[in-house]
Amino acid sequence: MDNLETFRKDTHAWLEANCPPEMRRPVQGEEDACWGGRHPVFQSDAQRLWLERMAEKGWTVPEWPREYGGGGLTREEAKILRQELRALGCRPPLTSFGISMLGPALLKYGSEEQKREYLPKITRGEIRWCQGYSEPGAGSDLASLQARAEDKGDQFLVNGSKIWTSYADKADWIFCLVRTDPNAPKHEGISFLLFDMESAGVSTKPIILISGASPFCETFFDDVLVPKANLVGKLNKGWDVAKYLLTHERDMIGGMGSTSENRSLGQIASDTVGTDNGMLADTVLRGQIAAYEIDTLAFRLTMDRVGDMAKLGQAHPAVSSLLKYYGTELNKRRMELVMSAGGSDALEWEGERSHEGRTARAWLRSKGNSIEGGTSEIQLNIIAKRILGLPGA
Amino acid sequence: MALVLNDEQTMLRDNARGFLGKNAPIAHLRALRDKRDADGFSRALWKDFVEMGWAGILVPQEYGGLGLGHVEAGVVMEELGRTLTPSPFLSTAVLAATAIARAGTDQQKKNYLSQIVAGDLIAALAVDETAKHNPEKTAMTAARAGNSFKLGGAKTFVIDGHVANLLIVIARSAGKPGDTNGLTLFLVDASARGIRAERTPTVDTHNAARFTFEDVNVSADNVLGRIDAGWDVLAGVLNVGRAAVAAEMVGAGEEAFSRTVAYLRERKQFGRPIGEFQALQHRAAHLYCELEVTRSAVLKALQTLDDSFDRAGAIVSVAKARAGLSATLAVNEAVQMHGGIGMTDEFDIGLFMKRVRVGQELFGDANFHADRLARLNRY
Repeated sequence: MDNLETFRKDTHAWLEANCPPEMRRPVQGEEDACWGGRHPVFQSDAQRLWLERMAEKGWTVPEWPREYGGGGLTREEAKILRQELRALGCRPPLTSFGISMLGPALLKYGSEEQKREYLPKITRGEIRWCQGYSEPGAGSDLASLQARAEDKGDQFLVNGSKIWTSYADKADWIFCLVRTDPNAPKHEGISFLLFDMESAGVSTKPIILISGASPFCETFFDDVLVPKANLVGKLNKGWDVAKYLLTHERDMIGGMGSTSENRSLGQIASDTVGTDNGMLADTVLRGQIAAYEIDTLAFRLTMDRVGDMAKLGQAHPAVSSLLKYYGTELNKRRMELVMSAGGSDALEWEGERSHEGRTARAWLRSKGNSIEGGTSEIQLNIIAKRILGLPGA
Repeated sequence: MALVLNDEQTMLRDNARGFLGKNAPIAHLRALRDKRDADGFSRALWKDFVEMGWAGILVPQEYGGLGLGHVEAGVVMEELGRTLTPSPFLSTAVLAATAIARAGTDQQKKNYLSQIVAGDLIAALAVDETAKHNPEKTAMTAARAGNSFKLGGAKTFVIDGHVANLLIVIARSAGKPGDTNGLTLFLVDASARGIRAERTPTVDTHNAARFTFEDVNVSADNVLGRIDAGWDVLAGVLNVGRAAVAAEMVGAGEEAFSRTVAYLRERKQFGRPIGEFQALQHRAAHLYCELEVTRSAVLKALQTLDDSFDRAGAIVSVAKARAGLSATLAVNEAVQMHGGIGMTDEFDIGLFMKRVRVGQELFGDANFHADRLARLNRY
């Protein structure tokens, strides 16, 4: 225990000395985060410095092995680091699909060469990754994907397209699911491939959503050559890698949208709706908001409880589906209430008063939460089959 | 504190489940109902509870109780919810023990708590006066007359009222209905002159009663806590009651749910188990989520009563509201998914629906607690 106390002291001191003051404010939206990359665009020197310093200590990925650029910290030490970061208000130095999704998959399925090639660059934020999974014809039924990788000796020839690729137009590399055996049953003919987005034949097109501009893109592969060394895991066994990676993605989305707003939604609503005798003037909305706040508090406690159970090995492996389903549906409910409370003011789409329609855009964007990362209907299927043991395909 | 039961609590749960499953399964409730048992609960079973220490579960050890906490009381309540067993556990071991342990004089504690632990006293809390729970509106009067009070008015929905020896009554000694100042708690002998009890069989075969009080004389020695300042004590007792009922509804809702899932797997129509139909799968999966989310809130409420009693109000309201809503969904889906057989009296599933409806009205339903939470958050 003595060692942990020393670690805490040293960590606190190092953070105090090395985290620039500008980096001690919460990240405001995806544009404010540090994404790194081959051609990085830093918002400020402070952002660049923070990334460099944390990367040097391996603290962009505190629990990854030191030999791959990680911090090599134990669970306890990583927890202390998180607490000290939170105590000083330090924002994450790097936001990266490489860290949250690809890295864990490489650690589990990658070859030694692949780990040494890709992981250090991920930890230093030198490569920005995007995910090539869904296709126009393969969403919920991801395994029916058609993007083709033909065997051309020491290379694959990739043709096809992907959709919903976040930040494909800004990414350096892609981790991509491709079909390598069109004759096998669909789950058994898929491979997991890594390649450079600057390869000849790769192009992207941004997708505009009902909420406005978005990071999503369509990505097209026109006779793209990929070295066979870039295959992760075994040929035609890519579905295993994909599934493993999906559970990490699900945890990431389920936690989103949990605001750290200090005022209750009811008090925020009072600003625009007004009050009668200290109670929200719209009595029906008041009841809806109270019901939402009850459910939200109970859900946050459920995230804690699942975490506590997981530490004791008591959590069901599929419980992430409960968190994803319930959390995203709650978030949509919240945005409906925010719009209702905001009345006609919340309908503005442009201009400074509405921050360019921030509320309306957030409301529209929230509708995607129950679709991305596995739809609510898919999550319910998973719960029914894997947790409740209900029969059928 | 982690939101999980510790080892001792888990053991208590397993023991309670085993004991009640063997000695008071649903058939026990049916028997009480069908032979129109005058007590409405089994005194022999209550004696077993007493022997296991459950009557004194919340009573401090110095008065002979187990000195356990609200999580433990909730564990027992959940198992009682699973078997729908009527007993004075809620009225006596939870509500009365809490009121007297927290607000009693040494004399009152020595006198009543030991009797509760020994199983010699059944006590009932008399709060409600109208169809919807609204303790601030208490109107029953407590008129000062020398060194005693005269109680006058009516109470309804008094759990275990007709079998109680002791009534814990909230009445108004000052102010007007709506004021939280001016309320006083009284310990009243149920056989005192001027009290009339009317047993009111309720839909769930548990015990409730209506009372009228006409010039009922109560000595000032039998004030529980301080005169005109009974609200804080009552609020604490009600919070404990709410969390306990919430725990019971978790048990009832989950038992109804697990029987339903089993039925979905067994019942065949159109050549296959009906559990294969996606509509039912999705509703069952959604219900699973609601029950799990509720469980977190209820456990948190019980833990908060243990370690921050005076600040448990908000989380107790969350727990009571959630428990009412998710248990209601569970029993409604249970009857519906069982089809015609779910509508028969012979089948057990309807009994869960009946108990949960009563649980909703006890100490404030989901609407009451949503309103309370909104007030606490000042909107």
